[in-house]
Amino acid sequence: MLLQHAAATGAHPLSDTVARFVWLLPLLPFVGFVINGLLSLTSAYKAGPSDPSAAHDEAHAAVSHESEEHGAPGDDHHSIARHRSAGLVSLVGPGVLVLAFGLALAIFAAMRGVGEMHAPFVQQYFSWMPVGDLQINAAFQLDQLSMVMVLVITGVGMLIHVFSVGYMQDDPGYPRYFAYLNLFVFFMLVLVLGANYPILFIGWEGVGLCSYLLIGYWFSDKANADAGKKAFIVNRIGDFGFLVAMFMLFANLGTLDFVSVNAAASSLGAGSVLVTVICLFLFLGCAGKSAQIPLYVWLPDAMAGPTPVSALIHAATMVTAGVYLIARSNALFSLAPSASLTVVVVGSVTAIFAASIGLKQWDIKKVLAYSTVSQLGYMFVAVGSGAYVAGMFHLMTHAFFKALLFLGSGSVIYAMHRAYHHTGKHDDAQDMRNMGGLRTYLPITWALMWAATLAIAGVPPFAGFFSKDEILGSLFARHEGSALAQAHFLGIPGNIVILSCYVLGLATAFMTAVYMTRMMLYTFHGPNRTGDREREHLAEAPWVMTGPLVALGILSVVGGWFNLPGIIPAGPVGVLEHWLEPIVGESTLRLTNGAPAEIAHSTELMLIGVAVLIALAGIALAFVRLKPERLVPASASPPEHGVEEVLLNKYYVDELYDAAIVQPIVATSRSLLWRGIDVGLIDGLTRLFLQSKDDDSAPGAVRMGGLLPRSLGWFGSQLQSGQVGTYAWVLVIGMLFVLGAFSFR
Amino acid sequence: MLPEALFFSAVLFVIGVVGVLTRRNAIIVFMCVELMLNAVNLTFVAFAQVYGVAGQIFVFFVMTVAAAEAAVGLAIIIALYRHRQTVNLSNINLLKG
Amino acid sequence: MREFLLSVGYDRWILPVLLALPLIGAAAVLVSGRGASGGDEVATGAAARPRSLATWCFGLEFLLSVGLWWAFDPGTSGWQQRFDVAWIPSWGARFTLGLDGISLMMVLLTTFMMFLASLGSWTSVRQKTAAYYALLLVLTAGMLGVFMALDLFLFYVMWEVMLVPMYFIVGIWGGQRRIYASLKFFIYTMIGSLLMLVGIIYLGLAARDPLAAGVPNFSYDAILSTVHLEPTVAAWLFGAFFLAFAVKVPMFPFHTWLPDAHVEAPTAGSVVLAAIMLKLGTFGFLRLAVPLFPTAAMSPGIRGAILTLAVIGIVYGALVSLVQPDFKKLVAYSSVSHLGFVMLGIFALTVQSVQGALMVMINHGLSTGALFFLIGMIYERRHTRMIAAYGGIAKVVPMFSAILVFVSLSSIGVPGTNGFVGEFLVLLGSYRTYPILAVISATSVIIAAAYLLWAVQRILFNPLDKPENEHVPDLNRRELALLAPILACIVWLGVYPAPVLRRMQPAAEQFVRLVETRLAPPATLSARGR
Repeated sequence: MLLQHAAATGAHPLSDTVARFVWLLPLLPFVGFVINGLLSLTSAYKAGPSDPSAAHDEAHAAVSHESEEHGAPGDDHHSIARHRSAGLVSLVGPGVLVLAFGLALAIFAAMRGVGEMHAPFVQQYFSWMPVGDLQINAAFQLDQLSMVMVLVITGVGMLIHVFSVGYMQDDPGYPRYFAYLNLFVFFMLVLVLGANYPILFIGWEGVGLCSYLLIGYWFSDKANADAGKKAFIVNRIGDFGFLVAMFMLFANLGTLDFVSVNAAASSLGAGSVLVTVICLFLFLGCAGKSAQIPLYVWLPDAMAGPTPVSALIHAATMVTAGVYLIARSNALFSLAPSASLTVVVVGSVTAIFAASIGLKQWDIKKVLAYSTVSQLGYMFVAVGSGAYVAGMFHLMTHAFFKALLFLGSGSVIYAMHRAYHHTGKHDDAQDMRNMGGLRTYLPITWALMWAATLAIAGVPPFAGFFSKDEILGSLFARHEGSALAQAHFLGIPGNIVILSCYVLGLATAFMTAVYMTRMMLYTFHGPNRTGDREREHLAEAPWVMTGPLVALGILSVVGGWFNLPGIIPAGPVGVLEHWLEPIVGESTLRLTNGAPAEIAHSTELMLIGVAVLIALAGIALAFVRLKPERLVPASASPPEHGVEEVLLNKYYVDELYDAAIVQPIVATSRSLLWRGIDVGLIDGLTRLFLQSKDDDSAPGAVRMGGLLPRSLGWFGSQLQSGQVGTYAWVLVIGMLFVLGAFSFR
Repeated sequence: MLPEALFFSAVLFVIGVVGVLTRRNAIIVFMCVELMLNAVNLTFVAFAQVYGVAGQIFVFFVMTVAAAEAAVGLAIIIALYRHRQTVNLSNINLLKG
Repeated sequence: MREFLLSVGYDRWILPVLLALPLIGAAAVLVSGRGASGGDEVATGAAARPRSLATWCFGLEFLLSVGLWWAFDPGTSGWQQRFDVAWIPSWGARFTLGLDGISLMMVLLTTFMMFLASLGSWTSVRQKTAAYYALLLVLTAGMLGVFMALDLFLFYVMWEVMLVPMYFIVGIWGGQRRIYASLKFFIYTMIGSLLMLVGIIYLGLAARDPLAAGVPNFSYDAILSTVHLEPTVAAWLFGAFFLAFAVKVPMFPFHTWLPDAHVEAPTAGSVVLAAIMLKLGTFGFLRLAVPLFPTAAMSPGIRGAILTLAVIGIVYGALVSLVQPDFKKLVAYSSVSHLGFVMLGIFALTVQSVQGALMVMINHGLSTGALFFLIGMIYERRHTRMIAAYGGIAKVVPMFSAILVFVSLSSIGVPGTNGFVGEFLVLLGSYRTYPILAVISATSVIIAAAYLLWAVQRILFNPLDKPENEHVPDLNRRELALLAPILACIVWLGVYPAPVLRRMQPAAEQFVRLVETRLAPPATLSARGR
């Protein structure tokens, strides 16, 4: 099965190591998907009668008493009956991830073992689409960049799988859930391991599909099904951009393999319109997948899915695929400074836009969702400004602390649900106004979430501090002398744009500190607002859920060590930077015009100082201004007005899109295209020749045009009286006429 | 002899034609058609006296066709009567355009 | 495998046998159904003999045709399995059959889908079953004949042979407005095909051998190599062929017979229409209209007009699908969109786009066929096709739902399923020659996701709020067995389409080369797409 590509990989140092089993990485979760999927389907399936239309009534009687078993999965913990194959599923689902993570570690060790690796390790399996000069192979590519992603995906993924065992244990669709989750990991690994754009695109759309399935996991609720569909369709808008970028690449370079595209990229011409357009189309794809303006609208709605899904897909892995794609295409983006500048602008605007919405959300998951959008904005600022390492670094630390925050919120929601379930109360278990004072009941979650909050706010020495600081630092460094500073965005010189974006970045950091502290205060501090009867049922989740939290907590604290900045005197400096150097080093240099990526230490120290001060100020402001003890439960809260109302309603962007795009398209399709052109015009014309009794709705003009054929037809039909006698008379008269004509000739 | 025979057959034929054209009962119309056929037969026989035996042979063909036609035609009329409870031709206008 | 097949002379007898078997089967089915009393023959058991006989017949036909997969030599571009006997010498019509990569896949698709269609009719067709299955068999012979014919006269005869059974299938076993729909179908296609007959006769006369006493020559190869037409004549003749095929495809604005015919046809009728009959139109373009009149077809005006119509069809079909309240109609309009991709691919004229068009033809047959099967199955249970009548049934019929979601994903071209391969290749190839049109067409990936997922949501998801939906039985084993092969093909063609692509490659390359060489003087011959 393995057709080793002799020229490229025969001599590769990795080909003799454990890395040759790289295909096992995605295969493992795929096997998990197959097992869990079969378990799910076979347990739900009852064969119908052999003659469905005749046996409808029998089935009616037979099925009626069993349908209760399926319960109403609209609610996490309504149905207590555990799934029959739950044990096997709990083994297989997380098990394959543990194995995959182990393998990833082994491969990582092997990569460390071979030392410097300048060419990626490419494994060709079979020819996927061989058409003329288009040769797309099913091939995986292992290099430093994909290795980082593989470790994050399998590592964080494993923890979230374990967490899910506890979180989803009472759900009637337990095997289905794990089937989807495993399938997601499979596609995510295909995405990061693919050796060419189309293979990456399989993973790209595949993760979107899993996201669709998991957001709509409790599909009986229309809001969830809507959210899933919205995610898929908005992602498809991005995929359209990705597809067009691929067409352009192929039309101009004749290949879609990463290795050859990178090698040939410079033939497109540095700064040319062509490469800029290609990059912008690629970025459209990234904006869809990574929820950037204008395509960010799906991500907050995506929180309709189970919380571990939000943690895995909509925070740690899938939404960062856009960042990965730009890092992967760094050779292209570094050739197009104006496209890169666009990425920076979109990223920083998205960051502050989403952060401002996050300030006023009441749903705990919505706060985190907008926070994710905002943090993704930071990552795009990084990869846009050529600081690919910083982008990947923030991607990694963000995966740690945001997964922790989501899982922590999951733990909170789990506790709230249990409490409500005990007393049968139906309140919103995700609304922070119903929480408060949870510190006493969930001490572990409280402590861990504070660690994550400090990390995301950028307080040293937590992980987020290092990555965010590196992003802002490199952005600041670009404002002079770099290719970006010389490019233009909508006519504005690059250095002004960069400095404005830097200010936006600082403002975002401030807001981040505010809304995160607000979330912690309202959730864990102050008096409890859950309800008097419910309060005694609030308790920490079992260890299968808190265990992964602890692991992520440790990573959130020490994650910054993966890439300590140069000004830190001790410790391993710039590990990640050194690791990714062969992939992105050249591109970074090209964007910085050869200038070193670092700035002077004194400036850097000053920048760090400003950033830390801003973060601390945000936290302090939240502590001073926000009064959790004055909050009342959601049901008793008065409606809000003014700016707060606008923020709570997310600037009415969803409504705007609906009114400006969705409704006009639907209305045009219905009234103009279908009823107007199809049924009215074309069928109206047809109906002239094909008179049908059952509908007569042709417009007047069309009827007039048909007058001549119709009248001729009327005349002809009158000759047919149906009377044999008449026919005979006509016959005789005609015969006499003919005889007469002959005789009087 | 020949002119008398021809005159006689012409009279028979015209009676047949008038019958076909004026009567409404399908059976009578049918009988009139038979009358026309037999008028033609008479003409054939008469001419055979003068021009040779071919006309007599042709009469046999006409009689065969007439017999077949009688069978089919009567069957149609009976089937028609079963469907419509009438053999009045003015009531039968399925071919009306 | 190939050696074994050649040793039994498979190459020599397979094509005529494939044509004859359904006809013999049709006669046998008619005889076996004698004495059925009418009424609900499934309930009375009178349907058992004709339907099992027909299914066996289709199964045998499929099994026989599968051998072609190996017997076909993917390396060469000429006709294979050729069969040639004199037929009507005084008119110059010969009975010539043969395959290239394109028709090979179409023949396999036909035998495969027809087998499933007969299996899918077991309980949905309940009256006059013997006649129904006999017509289905005759229809198969007609369609196979069109794909295999290498004589234009034979092509025309087969074209008409397949029209008549379809007319009766829609008109007798169809829904409430079946008469209207079948008449519309018949007249649309008939008008087109009569003009084609005129064109064929003209070509036959133009290709006659002056030594052979003026007997016309309808041989495809002879016409292709000897007939050189004046540009205006070529344009008129192309127009005649264009109308016949454009109606069949159907291209915008000749498409309105399709939704009516689909909605009114019985399940198997819709499947056959979508999976195979629409492909006859695009096949006609590939085999006749474009290679015979390349100068007319590829003259800037006509080519531009056709490409524009194709792109309008792609977007228009998708947009109209978005607002259909009837699921079957939705799928019917989505066919307009998909077939627009095929036309775009053919007229963009690069190897990738033509191969992509061929893949879309196959994929559309599988995915849309499967969708129509699924609609038929749920219709048998609930007797409505209205999307609004469902909602939340994923909980009641999990297997049906899983399959419907999967097939929908294939139809909207999610990578890893067959749908992606075709659309990707078409767009990738046409971007080389017509970048703007390719980009416009690519927007349909968004609309496609919108219309199908929206429909799927309203049928399967959302609250289960209608009591009559609470006890719908899930798919039975026959229905699962019927869908499973299609699902397998969807995955196979999505993950490993290379064997199929390789078999079609010579034919597609030949098509592009043929048109390009006859189009341009050799000096400026473009090397695009190779």
